[in-house]
Amino acid sequence: MTVAIGIILNGLASAMILYIIAVGLSVTMGIMRFINLAHGVFAMIGGYLAAYLFQRADLPFALALILASLMVAAISIPLERLLYAPLYRASELEQTLFSIGLIFVAVAGARFFFGPSPLNFTVPESLHGQLYLGARMPTYRVVVIAGGMVIFGCLWLVMETTNFGRKLRAVVENRRMAEAVGIRSERLLVGTFALGSGLAAFGGAFGAEILPIRPTYAFDQLNYVLIVVTVGGMGTLTGPFLAALLLGITDTACKYFLPEFGAFFIFAAMVAILLWRPMGLLGRV
Amino acid sequence: MKPLALETIGLSKSFGALSVIEPLDFQLEEGARHALIGPNGAGKTTFINLVSGRLRPGAGRILLAGVDISGKAQHQRVHLGLCRTFQINSLFNGLSVLENIWLSLSEREGTAWNMIRSAGRYRAMLDEAQTLAASFGLGDVAAEPVRTLSYGQQRLVEIAVALALRPSVLLLDEPAAGVPSGESRLILDALELLPSRIAILLIEHDMDIVHRFARRITVLDRGRILAEGAPDEIAANDDVRRIYFGESGMSVHG
Amino acid sequence: MSDLGVSDEVDRERKRPALSSADVAPADLPPPAVAAFIGRSRLRFADAVPWVVIAAAYFMFPKDLNLGTQILVNVLFVLSLDLAVGYAGIVTLGHGAFFGIGAYCAGIIAVRWTGEPLIGVVAAMLLAGAAGLVSGAIILRTRGLTLLMLTFGLLLMLEEAANRAAWLTGGTDGLSGVTIAPLLSVWSWDFLGHTGYVYSAVCALIGFVIVRTIVFSPFGRSLRGIEENVTRMAAIGAPVRLRLIAVYTISAAIAGLAGAVNAQVTQFVGVHVFSFELSGTALIMLILAGPGRLYGAFIGPPIYMIAAQSFSDRDPTYWTLWLGLLLITVVMFGRGGILGIASRIRDRVRVMARTARS
Repeated sequence: MTVAIGIILNGLASAMILYIIAVGLSVTMGIMRFINLAHGVFAMIGGYLAAYLFQRADLPFALALILASLMVAAISIPLERLLYAPLYRASELEQTLFSIGLIFVAVAGARFFFGPSPLNFTVPESLHGQLYLGARMPTYRVVVIAGGMVIFGCLWLVMETTNFGRKLRAVVENRRMAEAVGIRSERLLVGTFALGSGLAAFGGAFGAEILPIRPTYAFDQLNYVLIVVTVGGMGTLTGPFLAALLLGITDTACKYFLPEFGAFFIFAAMVAILLWRPMGLLGRV
Repeated sequence: MKPLALETIGLSKSFGALSVIEPLDFQLEEGARHALIGPNGAGKTTFINLVSGRLRPGAGRILLAGVDISGKAQHQRVHLGLCRTFQINSLFNGLSVLENIWLSLSEREGTAWNMIRSAGRYRAMLDEAQTLAASFGLGDVAAEPVRTLSYGQQRLVEIAVALALRPSVLLLDEPAAGVPSGESRLILDALELLPSRIAILLIEHDMDIVHRFARRITVLDRGRILAEGAPDEIAANDDVRRIYFGESGMSVHG
Repeated sequence: MSDLGVSDEVDRERKRPALSSADVAPADLPPPAVAAFIGRSRLRFADAVPWVVIAAAYFMFPKDLNLGTQILVNVLFVLSLDLAVGYAGIVTLGHGAFFGIGAYCAGIIAVRWTGEPLIGVVAAMLLAGAAGLVSGAIILRTRGLTLLMLTFGLLLMLEEAANRAAWLTGGTDGLSGVTIAPLLSVWSWDFLGHTGYVYSAVCALIGFVIVRTIVFSPFGRSLRGIEENVTRMAAIGAPVRLRLIAVYTISAAIAGLAGAVNAQVTQFVGVHVFSFELSGTALIMLILAGPGRLYGAFIGPPIYMIAAQSFSDRDPTYWTLWLGLLLITVVMFGRGGILGIASRIRDRVRVMARTARS
């Protein structure tokens, strides 16, 4: 029973992490249909940075995470302006290969600075152990799940209530119209990109125990991040959330009930959903 | 009574709660020179998109020479003789003028599925494309990529590409749109030389062209036909003047 | 002629003036636009070069024939990829699916039925083509990222399936026991790869002839149109989706051929045929050389293999850095790859020559 709960919680926790990483990509792609396969690189850098801040600079865990996310968000801005922006009009093929090239560079860079083995990023003692919430559950998994839902809630609030969110929704819905009404979509894009990268960094760091950080992180998570974005639907917050949950549950169920098929059903489910709804479950673009 | 080249019966379209085209009954006679005018947002391009098959209607039927084409896909309607041009040039920019026209011919003749014979062997089609280009005054630039041409010339290619398909009904979406005033003569001349057997529906804002070209005018306003008739009738129509010039008589729309 | 578009051929024949000696020469030449159109598909002397090189290599590098065979297989695979990606604009991350289907088909036939290689390749092409037809019919109504993900998803499914269905595919250990009978009952498969090299070269030639014929046919021209402006194509009456399905099917069949040849000459099939690495590497080879230019498939694989080899020789731990930088540079500054740059240079030279003359 505890084993089952453990597996379920693990699945849900990975789902939350994937969501936090992928949501930025989903919104950015909703605005600018740029095929950015390198999004996972931000998550990886976030993980490495947070580890450094927590383990070497001895900052408190939460602070390390937040600071790392802010730093990644900051560096992402010049990156977007210098590297991505010139390619918004490029062909799909070029965008795809460009982002793969970025991953290659990042892999080499990470290997150079941090070595090839997975990062040992253990969370603070206080978050170890187990909680008793009806059954015994690993504490950190619960924290991650709770954290994911809180982030989802905050993002939802931002989207629905703030000016920024309203403008963002307008641009995703109909960019030309939004610009005609005076919304500066380019600035919005940069802001969203930074937010998305920062979130990815946070996700990478937050989930470092569940999805280990190593130089090939961007490739490791590529499949799943892309699944979450395309199945969920680009340009929405809730789409990736739903898709991540589905992914987590399916993955867990398959591991439990049909281990001999491996990830086959996940990919089959993805194909089926995309055929049924080419724009994703909740996508509008 | 002359048979109708094109007819819509109760054609309507909504985007969500917004009704863009009210149930519309429209007739286009054979060999017509018919203009569709109206203020921006009246639904003229939407109407063309519905008729050409680019948009699916909410309700209503479309008849081409009496045949119901409502369920047919865009490319099928083209083969039945219904062609259109676009308000903003939609050409193969990297290809030459000749190649642009040739592609239309290839579709018309059904050779486009041939995977074996070299395209250059179809001399008759190449000659026809060259002749067509020349009749638009583009014979000398036929080898140039379309994107190097002036905008007026590109608009001509847009018409040539549609004409190459030998349509029985031709829908022209603002052929003079964006053309600098120095070149708009080209467009007008080309329009006047279009074969008389083709039924032409022209959307235009340039009233010069409308008055020179149209024998019949339909005025569309907010998805509904406001008025229909000969050019002088429309010019004298109070409702039409109001939507174009506003209550105070000042020109509201270009 | 007062009416535009009147193009009755009989009419024109009647109206053509009788030729006099004065206007024989200029009247006979087709107008420049027509000449350019026809000239594009003419067979040139330079078209023989790659094959001369391939033939020469057989005699000049007798010890490296196995490497040569690998390159030829890659050339054939990238050729099939170019048809889909470069000419039809179908960006696929999973073309290796058809390579793998062809490989396993040929391998399994050799293990379970007959070692006759020609049966293997024909069956592989048919099976891979069928897979292309079915998957194309299903997924080619989507575009952009969705289509990309679908091609990727199908590849991932096949990889998992191949991994798990060990009874059929040999699982993670791969399919062994693939013994191929002598080619046409005459040439046996020697260790140094003589037969293998010639076999792959012939198959590559067949694949190339197919692709070249298609590219210069009216069908191929319509693909260019689809890639250039899909809206326009639909508006001139082209059944776009059917065309895409057709070219995807053919591309899949040729990819299957490449896979089958690979399986037969190496006498082994591993799950790596369905790996993202294989499909991704092929895409990289294509973009380095320049998609949509027919000969990209001949230049891409050797360039990539040389580059990858020299990168990893010079910097075994961080060689992916150089590969990544190369990709980024090509996309940002070298649009159209090597062939694109070459054609821009050639155009520049032509313009300079023209202005120098005048």
